[in-house]
Amino acid sequence: MGHIDTALSRRTFLVAAMSAAGGLAIGVSIPGFAGAAPLAGGAPWNNDQGAGAGEVNAWIVIDPDDTVTIRCAKAEMGEGVLTSMPMIVAEELGCDWTKVRSEYVSPNRNMREKMVYQGMLTGGSSAVRASRPYLQQAGASARARLIQAAATRWNVPAAECEAADSKVTHKPTGRTINYGALANDAAKVTLAKEPDIKTPDQFTLMGKSQARLDTKVKVTGEAVFGIDVRLPDMVYAAVVMCPVPGGQVKSFDADAVRKMRGVISVVPVPNGVAVVADRFWRAKQAALALPVQWNPGAGAGTSSAQIREDYRAALKGPLENAKSVGDAGKALGADKARLVEALYEVPYIAHATMEPLNCTVHVQPDRVDIWMGTQAPEITTGLTAKTLGVTPDKIFVHNCYLGGGFGRRAVNDELLQALAVAKTISKPVKLIWTREEDMRHDRYRPQAAIALKAALGPDGMPTAIQAQTAVGSILKGLKGILDFPMGPGVEPMAVEGLVNLPYAVPNLRVDAVLKDTHVPTMFWRSVGSSQNAFAVESFIDELAHAAGQDPYQFRRTLLAGKDDFLKVLDTLAEKSNWHEKLPPGKGRGIAIHESFGTIVGQVAEVSVDAKGKVRCERVVVAVDCGHVVNPRNVEMQMESGVIYGLTAALYDEITVKDGAIEQGNFDSYQMVKLADAPKIETYLALSGGSKWGGIGEPGTPPIAPAVANAIFAATGKRVRSLPFSNTDFSRGV
Amino acid sequence: MIVLTVNGARHELDIEPETPLLWALRDEIGLTGTKYGCGIAQCGACTVHVDGQPVRSCSLSVDDANGTQITTIEGLSPDASHPVQRAWIAEDVPQCGYCQTGQIMAAAAFLKAIPNPTDADIDDNLTNICRCGTYPRLRAAIHRAAALARG
Repeated sequence: MGHIDTALSRRTFLVAAMSAAGGLAIGVSIPGFAGAAPLAGGAPWNNDQGAGAGEVNAWIVIDPDDTVTIRCAKAEMGEGVLTSMPMIVAEELGCDWTKVRSEYVSPNRNMREKMVYQGMLTGGSSAVRASRPYLQQAGASARARLIQAAATRWNVPAAECEAADSKVTHKPTGRTINYGALANDAAKVTLAKEPDIKTPDQFTLMGKSQARLDTKVKVTGEAVFGIDVRLPDMVYAAVVMCPVPGGQVKSFDADAVRKMRGVISVVPVPNGVAVVADRFWRAKQAALALPVQWNPGAGAGTSSAQIREDYRAALKGPLENAKSVGDAGKALGADKARLVEALYEVPYIAHATMEPLNCTVHVQPDRVDIWMGTQAPEITTGLTAKTLGVTPDKIFVHNCYLGGGFGRRAVNDELLQALAVAKTISKPVKLIWTREEDMRHDRYRPQAAIALKAALGPDGMPTAIQAQTAVGSILKGLKGILDFPMGPGVEPMAVEGLVNLPYAVPNLRVDAVLKDTHVPTMFWRSVGSSQNAFAVESFIDELAHAAGQDPYQFRRTLLAGKDDFLKVLDTLAEKSNWHEKLPPGKGRGIAIHESFGTIVGQVAEVSVDAKGKVRCERVVVAVDCGHVVNPRNVEMQMESGVIYGLTAALYDEITVKDGAIEQGNFDSYQMVKLADAPKIETYLALSGGSKWGGIGEPGTPPIAPAVANAIFAATGKRVRSLPFSNTDFSRGV
Repeated sequence: MIVLTVNGARHELDIEPETPLLWALRDEIGLTGTKYGCGIAQCGACTVHVDGQPVRSCSLSVDDANGTQITTIEGLSPDASHPVQRAWIAEDVPQCGYCQTGQIMAAAAFLKAIPNPTDADIDDNLTNICRCGTYPRLRAAIHRAAALARG
């Protein structure tokens, strides 16, 4: 089936699905935009059918009208991959960017065709870093083959031809052929040698801001998130889970709800019970009414106050050494050492993606179809194969737009429950977590207590720094789902941001103890750096003040010789007017942190009023990610990272009472809103060279310490635990 | 029988009167541009216009919406040509995009009431949650939409 046919079939699917459900066909493209802008479709998934007409290679399909479809193997959760990945391919392909559309690759085809799309996991801010070379190669290879196809048609040497703007030109005669007329021939060309890919100095598309391809479908309501999938005969499931994480169902009384309108069945699922009904609202009402007895398990009876004490106690040892340079113990014990010590604490926090977790599954005798937003279609396929006992070639994962990911959508807890329901019913079933289930059954950013200690020399500069962290393990809870190759030593996520301390300190020691509770933990945007940057960058500020030095200059001295860090720092100082005095009640704080290959520095300007209300008014961001694919997207991700981190810094903690998570919705888990959002300015301070850094996460770590340091500058009060809303900053009371 | 007029089309629905308008729109009528985010009128992802007023449809029963004129994102314009949508495209506001249809519906109603808003007006009136932190672009887009609407 050709590409146009496949595009139509995807559209037809939606129309048919919606009509069958009595709804309107919103999946069709909207008139008035055809050809006006590059696009991603409302339903982003591929139809799994494999190579068709116009497919030059697995990544690129060119239609006769020169429309170029470029496929993306990563999941779009806001970070911009449906635009940045195609930009990398298009850079080499030499196509007209205004005729590019993007869609996901097929996970099933990736498996069928021996990983033709390589790894599909989206996480660790790795999309550009990991896939840029092979995406450039895919674009370059297609371009060379389009040129060869034209040369063959003209019976001229390929060397006499060049390609740009979606056409091949025979230089001596000026003849041209459009890509659309060459695509099928190009697909058959075998090159003697794969072409070289461009170096950054040769880029013409990358490095220039481009509008996102998925904007239009996201302002019309066309974009299909997992929760929006509608299929003929589809039924819905709502779940209830034990209020205490890790608890199990003891018994439930299905008969009590079976007669409620629309209820079809009550099905035990992993970690809970699902009620299946003809509509979600009815399923949810029945689930709320379902009498369930729980075995709350080992977590019952615990509380946040106790957990906090336990983490503090764990710092007393034993600890495992993660890094040792010089002899920090000796330097800290030296007679004349001036010691500075501080304990920083962070709570569990939830991902709280705007789209609550959900998954739609249709189990049929010969195939299993899954519609959801997943950061890891391979994991989705693998878990499905294992759970249902079917071979992966029969599993079709239709990845949707992700209504936020931030790490949460990498392990697919919702999938396991949907599979448990779907195997009991021949119809497609859509299982949705309510906001309350989503918040109370997250896998949270680990709680931590981080003790820092430094010795200052006669010049005020640290001669030794010791960092000790008691923190939950992320990897232990993921065994069997997301198995990382683990070397010996401390789990890297626990100490990232500590072991890679950029400052020149002759003696450095980092120790860790992994302390787990019944509360499950996982990757949360920027992972270990989210808490460790708060500790380290607050502490460096404390050292600067102890030494009587300016925090920017203090960092500058400690980063001497590191030109990339210095460029970021200097950009910050200049753009934030660092040396300009602020009125009373206001303060500036600075922080800099490298994560996922990118250095981000931030200066936060904060006001604290007499009542103690903290307001972050302005944030200046300087970023060094080496090179940039889409500058506008870097800006957007810096803004996003700042606000995501600011919400956590100002407001959020997940607390435990009698083993249960107390927060359930946005009334008890506050978010930064428009009125609280600072003005954010982003400046690129690129070091270039061979460096390509990530951008989805590195904007998050510096904001909490930048704000903490600004609060100190404004009030003289040092806040060492998150969130700041737990500390009283009021004056004159 | 509940009667809802949505984007000009009349729907007779045999559903429980306490059903939230949100779920009637999504599951009965099939208009999935209106999103479920919290169910308690906190996040605004489900914002629609009821008789021209912005309403968080997760917390309005179909009984209370009976007989009203409802506009959803699908009915805001046939071709993304509403000034707010045009401004959103120009400013590249959405990231994950999940909250954006609700943001747009809230902004469209807001600009109808306050055509030339100040930043303080925006702060006071637009309280929808966005986890991706699109607020800076959202604010710029509201000002741009106001300018577009003025012509």
